[in-house]
Amino acid sequence: MREGSVLEMTGIYKSFPGVKALQNVSFRLCEGEIHALMGENGAGKSTLIKVLTGVYPKDDGEIYLKGQQGAVKIHSPQDAQRVGISTVYQEISLCPNLSVAENIYLGRGEGQTVSWRKMNEGAAKLLSSLGIDVKPTKQLASCSIAVQQMIAIARAVDMDCRVLILDEPTSSLDESEVAKLFKMMRDLKKRGVGIIFVTHFLDQVYEVCDKITVLRDGKLVGEYQIEDMPRVMLVSKMLGKELDDMAEIKNDIPVCDQKDSTPVYEAEGLCSSEGIQPFDFYIRRGEVNGFTGLLGSGRSESVRAIFGADKVTSGTVKMNGKPVNITKPIDAMRNGIAYLPEDRKRDGIVGDLSVRDNIILALQVITGFFKPFSKAKATEFAEEYIRLLDIKTASVNTPIKSLSGGNQQKVILGRWLLTHPKYLILDEPTRGIDVGTKVEIQKLVLKLASEGMSVTFISSETDEMLRTCSRLIVMRDRKQVGELTGEQLTQNTIMSTIAGGGNDEQAE
Amino acid sequence: MSRLNNKKGLLAGLLRHQMLIPIAALLLLALFNLIADPSFFKISLGTNSNGDPVLTGYLITIIDCGSELAILAIGMTLVTAASGGQDISVGAAIAISGSVVLRVLCGSDSHAQTLQAPIIVAFLVSCAVAMIFGAFNGTLVAFFRIQPMVATLILFTAGRYIAASFHNNELPIVNDPSFGYYGNYFPGIPVPTPCFIAVICFAVITLVLKRTNLGLYIQSVGINEKTARLNGLHPEWIKFMTYVILGLCVAVAGFIKVSRLSTINYSVIAKDIEMDAILAVALGGNALSGGKFNMGASILGAYVIQFLSTTLYKFNVQSDALPAYKAVVVILLVVMSAPAVREKLSALFAKLRKPSHAAQT
Amino acid sequence: MAKAPAVRGPKRGWLSNMTDTNLLTSITVVVFLVMYLFAIVVLQEGFLKPQTLFNMMNANASLIIISCGMSLVMITGGIDISVGGVTALVCMSSAVYLDQKGGNVVTSLLLSLCIGLAFGLVQGYLIAYLEIQPFIVSLAGMFFARGMTTIVNTHTINVQHEGFVALKNTRITVPFLGSYNKAGNYVDAYIEIGVVVALVIVALLFCMLKWTKLGRSFYAVGGNRQSALMLGINVRRTTFLSYLICGILAGIGGYVYFLHVGSGSASHASGAEMNAIASSIIGGTMLTGGVGNLIGTLFGVLSLTLIQNIVSSVGLDQPWWTGITIAAMICVFLIMQSVIISYRKKVLLNSVSGGKTG
Repeated sequence: MREGSVLEMTGIYKSFPGVKALQNVSFRLCEGEIHALMGENGAGKSTLIKVLTGVYPKDDGEIYLKGQQGAVKIHSPQDAQRVGISTVYQEISLCPNLSVAENIYLGRGEGQTVSWRKMNEGAAKLLSSLGIDVKPTKQLASCSIAVQQMIAIARAVDMDCRVLILDEPTSSLDESEVAKLFKMMRDLKKRGVGIIFVTHFLDQVYEVCDKITVLRDGKLVGEYQIEDMPRVMLVSKMLGKELDDMAEIKNDIPVCDQKDSTPVYEAEGLCSSEGIQPFDFYIRRGEVNGFTGLLGSGRSESVRAIFGADKVTSGTVKMNGKPVNITKPIDAMRNGIAYLPEDRKRDGIVGDLSVRDNIILALQVITGFFKPFSKAKATEFAEEYIRLLDIKTASVNTPIKSLSGGNQQKVILGRWLLTHPKYLILDEPTRGIDVGTKVEIQKLVLKLASEGMSVTFISSETDEMLRTCSRLIVMRDRKQVGELTGEQLTQNTIMSTIAGGGNDEQAE
Repeated sequence: MSRLNNKKGLLAGLLRHQMLIPIAALLLLALFNLIADPSFFKISLGTNSNGDPVLTGYLITIIDCGSELAILAIGMTLVTAASGGQDISVGAAIAISGSVVLRVLCGSDSHAQTLQAPIIVAFLVSCAVAMIFGAFNGTLVAFFRIQPMVATLILFTAGRYIAASFHNNELPIVNDPSFGYYGNYFPGIPVPTPCFIAVICFAVITLVLKRTNLGLYIQSVGINEKTARLNGLHPEWIKFMTYVILGLCVAVAGFIKVSRLSTINYSVIAKDIEMDAILAVALGGNALSGGKFNMGASILGAYVIQFLSTTLYKFNVQSDALPAYKAVVVILLVVMSAPAVREKLSALFAKLRKPSHAAQT
Repeated sequence: MAKAPAVRGPKRGWLSNMTDTNLLTSITVVVFLVMYLFAIVVLQEGFLKPQTLFNMMNANASLIIISCGMSLVMITGGIDISVGGVTALVCMSSAVYLDQKGGNVVTSLLLSLCIGLAFGLVQGYLIAYLEIQPFIVSLAGMFFARGMTTIVNTHTINVQHEGFVALKNTRITVPFLGSYNKAGNYVDAYIEIGVVVALVIVALLFCMLKWTKLGRSFYAVGGNRQSALMLGINVRRTTFLSYLICGILAGIGGYVYFLHVGSGSASHASGAEMNAIASSIIGGTMLTGGVGNLIGTLFGVLSLTLIQNIVSSVGLDQPWWTGITIAAMICVFLIMQSVIISYRKKVLLNSVSGGKTG
């Protein structure tokens, strides 16, 4: 334990079936410092935090805390609370059926009885001191998400903690609330509390943080002082590209040369219930374009709206110039749109079903209830795509959940290719899969496009986008903020457009 | 790495051998009976009171009496797979559909000497009624998103009373002997009719599962509703449909039940059959939380339960005490299949295997 | 960006300021009172006499106790359908013990408690620590209890034990609430011992749920298991305790039932589990967990009985009417809960998405 540290984690390993979530990650937090933990989706930030708070058991590694002899053992969130680590999680972890005051005091303190008067008074005092305008007796579920998040923060702050973890607390807060939060954080910092701050908003990092630790693919990239770390460099660290390499990659994809042809898909003022700004979008035959932006910028929500996966609230859609009505996934599928979802496990695979059934599912739904493929036909289809995509599986009967992540992804890709779509949407198809498969998928995308398919490709890795897309739509804060084509397609312009204002001098 | 492979192999093996549990249970019961009393397996050709030739013996009893349960198991399997819950109102629904059959056959006079309507009409009307009640359950489960067990509690409570209300609480009796053929024997055929009806049902469901995408859709919805939706399915409708199908199964089972006695006792008919049907699904190795299903295993499970009941009856176990034995079987089954227990067991297996591997290398 | 969402919260002030628990409980109490008023005004027939209410309680003391246990389990997000079977088993065991084995009243009470405790322990362990579905476990528990009842004894036993009969016939007079019978004589209003036990249990458990940490953790676990864990609550232990308490209450409830009927029979308390679930639902306990109140459960039981009384008084005296009315009532309450909760969610969602896009 070094001088001034309040928390040290060394050599942390954690793996889930098929995924190495953390590999030899070390982390050090000093007294009275606000430390940003950065990384793209799947980098291992949330896993690291859940290991620290005892939600997941770690496979290997040590955790040291100031004032505790030797390595501390944290097996449950209760343990973490006891040793002075309090946490605000990404998903709100409060009980919706209890009152605001109860949520602040639940599971804390001595004794077996509850004094409602004391609790409500304490909560009222705490809430008003933090400037949160809500009655302590109100049921949590009837508060807005932002207020709930503030209550979770209030709870964490109120506990006499030495380490405060804020795991993406600001995504549902508006500016004034974020300002309140930052004031709170600075106050705590003065009292010597160490704060770990996870966020995707670069502005916020530069506003309050002292140090930055960057993770990528479950590995530690490095720890940096905020002053030594210009924005563009931070983005490049997160995305895994050195500054020097950036200008090098030159994409040699021919820009779609059919400027005048009718777009395969065209939307105007499309908007869904997931809170994105209405947007216009089109794609031509044989074109590969992409949505880029950091996590939570609205790129997935945009394509979900195109596919009808979320409730579409407004907008008109034309395919090949003819107006069509797409409100449900089946409408989109019948019109030749295919969508490979971002979260493979939640939205993509049907875990217990065989590879064969997973491959034929979408086409089967399109052909209809009364026209099932014979087993031989289905096997033929499945084997065709197993061969085409080089899927490594024991047989067509193997349940898909026992395949590796990359192969699962290929199965789902195969499912959609089998429907012979005119327009294919790939949302993070390369996430969490090995490098070889990533390259295969990129090549496949280009091949499909050369055969006339239109593809929208979303990835957190900019170089992948550069290698495949001829046009990039940049999103920030659920809004389209730019469209890049031709010469503009370089790492630097993309990053500066993503990062937004205040960094132009760095980009040059 | 080798441990991982072993575990995968073991798991895949268990999945592939889903029929293992019911078959093993069946063999175990057969063996027990063989040792205790080999005459259990004797089948003889006798004559019934009408002078027609009939087959008798415990095995025939099992196949005969297991028919309704097996038919119900079909519907229950689908409902379980799609909605991850069970319908506890099937017993009450049988009372309703049986009551409808008798109401149509008897007309307003509960002791009519002649049939007031053709039997087929009565059967079709009861099918329609049972499907409407199934649709009621399905609506609550699929569209109001009430847990299946709770939603079906409503019909469970009211069903038998509704059945009684059709007849003003009188006990109708069908005097025409031809009605009894469906629950007993057709003259001249020594095999009980319910067996044929059950076989027809199996054939129909096999055909449906083969010729339509019902199985694929139901499993997709049961395993991962979100994926199913993104692949163009309508999970609510599919769940709803399974309840309607179960309604149809209920109607068939109810028809056999009332035909056996040509009358109905509202509070006793098909008592506790819902529990047996759920047990059959579980015994067939199907997860009660929904997802993948194996229809054959469920049907076999139903006959295993009937086998168990018949065996217990043979040893003079009171019919009311039967549930206690079944409960023990259920608990053993679920404890063995609980993930927490399985994990510990597989860890134990791995431990046992490791030394043996070491010895080999 | 919009103003702070707190300002823009759901419009209907009193509705949104009420917790789900209080809202549903109030609905139950109001429904009960309205029905009772209706009965007094329209039917008269003795609904004015306090004794009518007391009789409803006398007949349902055990159901009240059992329903309390059921509510507790349901608040924690589970279900226990073995309670009816346990009641029957307790009656039969106590009857055999008192009548044929020459036991005394105190030990028979202890025996009942032990039976309930045993069921609670085993079921609680299987559900909380082995994570088996509560429905299946308690289904097996119900099978087992029903089966055991007939194994203990097949015939109905009417208990003749002196001490017990004396206890059974003990009536506690309620002062000032008596009434005049047809002959004009004053008749005291009375309640049975079971009612006192039931009311004490309701009061105790109500206080436990309201003012102890354990009580609040039942709600937390039912509200959101994962969150409760993150908030530092021992979820497994809490779940286990809920089934344990439910088991013990089933034991006590069984003995109270025994005290009321004075006999043991395999058909006793048939369908009691469903009545208990129905009472809890009508009493405002949500099956999804986290919402409920024992005062509501008490009124749930009384509403259930009252509707039966009303239905038979109205002249719908065919036996099926009661069953159908109860089912209809459960149906109405279930759909009402589903609608109210989803409506409140929608109001909330609107205010939130407004915050994002506005």
